[in-house]
Amino acid sequence: MKVNVVVTPKAAVLDPQGAAVRDAMQHLGMPEVRSVRIGKYLEIDIDEKAPDLESRLHALCRDLLSNPVIEDYEVQKRGGEN
Amino acid sequence: MKFAIIQFPGSNCDQDCLAALNGIPGLQAEYVWHKETTVEGFDAIVLPGGFSYGDYLRCGAIARFSPVMPSVVDQARQGKLVIGVCNGFQILCEIGLLPGALIRNRSLHFVCDMVALRVEVADSQFTHGCAQGTLLRMPVAHGEGCFFADDATLRDLNEHRQVILRYASPDGRVNPAVNPNGSLENIAGICNRGGNVFGLMPHPDRACEARLGSADGAIIFQSMVETIKTARARAA
Repeated sequence: MKVNVVVTPKAAVLDPQGAAVRDAMQHLGMPEVRSVRIGKYLEIDIDEKAPDLESRLHALCRDLLSNPVIEDYEVQKRGGEN
Repeated sequence: MKFAIIQFPGSNCDQDCLAALNGIPGLQAEYVWHKETTVEGFDAIVLPGGFSYGDYLRCGAIARFSPVMPSVVDQARQGKLVIGVCNGFQILCEIGLLPGALIRNRSLHFVCDMVALRVEVADSQFTHGCAQGTLLRMPVAHGEGCFFADDATLRDLNEHRQVILRYASPDGRVNPAVNPNGSLENIAGICNRGGNVFGLMPHPDRACEARLGSADGAIIFQSMVETIKTARARAA
């Protein structure tokens, strides 16, 4: 099974990288851009025969892949690649 | 008196810590490799600065799972003094011994500078050698030192006098102009509710001799020594 985990900074957390990219996009001909938030994207390949996959994956998303103090995460199953 | 310095792959201030601590009378420091499963038998534990695990994922995110860390948490919960400097501070936040998180500097630049720090709590276990308002000079060197916590956590930290150090001007004023990394309320160092776990971004380990530009860092380590002596005397 292939899943993507997308980690993004929480709305209340300062994202200076996102702000710098927003400014660059505005300067490069897209003044319409209102905001940019930069996070992380992980492509994960898992043996789907393992038990309790979903709950264990979510536990690791909270403990390792994201820091819940500053980040949110989303697990997306990649369709059609099984 | 014996202090443990935990060495992670990528620690690079472990030797600074060793030299600084061994320079303090009555104090002896030893390295403990992160793969050890116990860090018992020491009077205090130091998590040094550096780039543990290359700062992959987030600073301190992987080091917090090192085999030695459950023992560090256990010792901290028993009241042992634990100090995390720079990357050590990040690890303490990641593992939840300290609240909040350290994120990318607001400027996006790595800052490497000598800063002034105002002591906010005079009787903490790490600063009781200093009156409130004392200024300490120490260097900072980090790319992810911007302290963040949600409003409730921040209120809590202030209410319980857990903010130990703030970035200040040379005349002791705390304002945004002297904030090197965008930390909320100029926070440079905090402790846990129990007061025995302390994390700070500035490096006391690099400021223990006048010829390094400041010897103020030694005040932090001496405070720890005094705290331990007092606790021993009380137990005896």
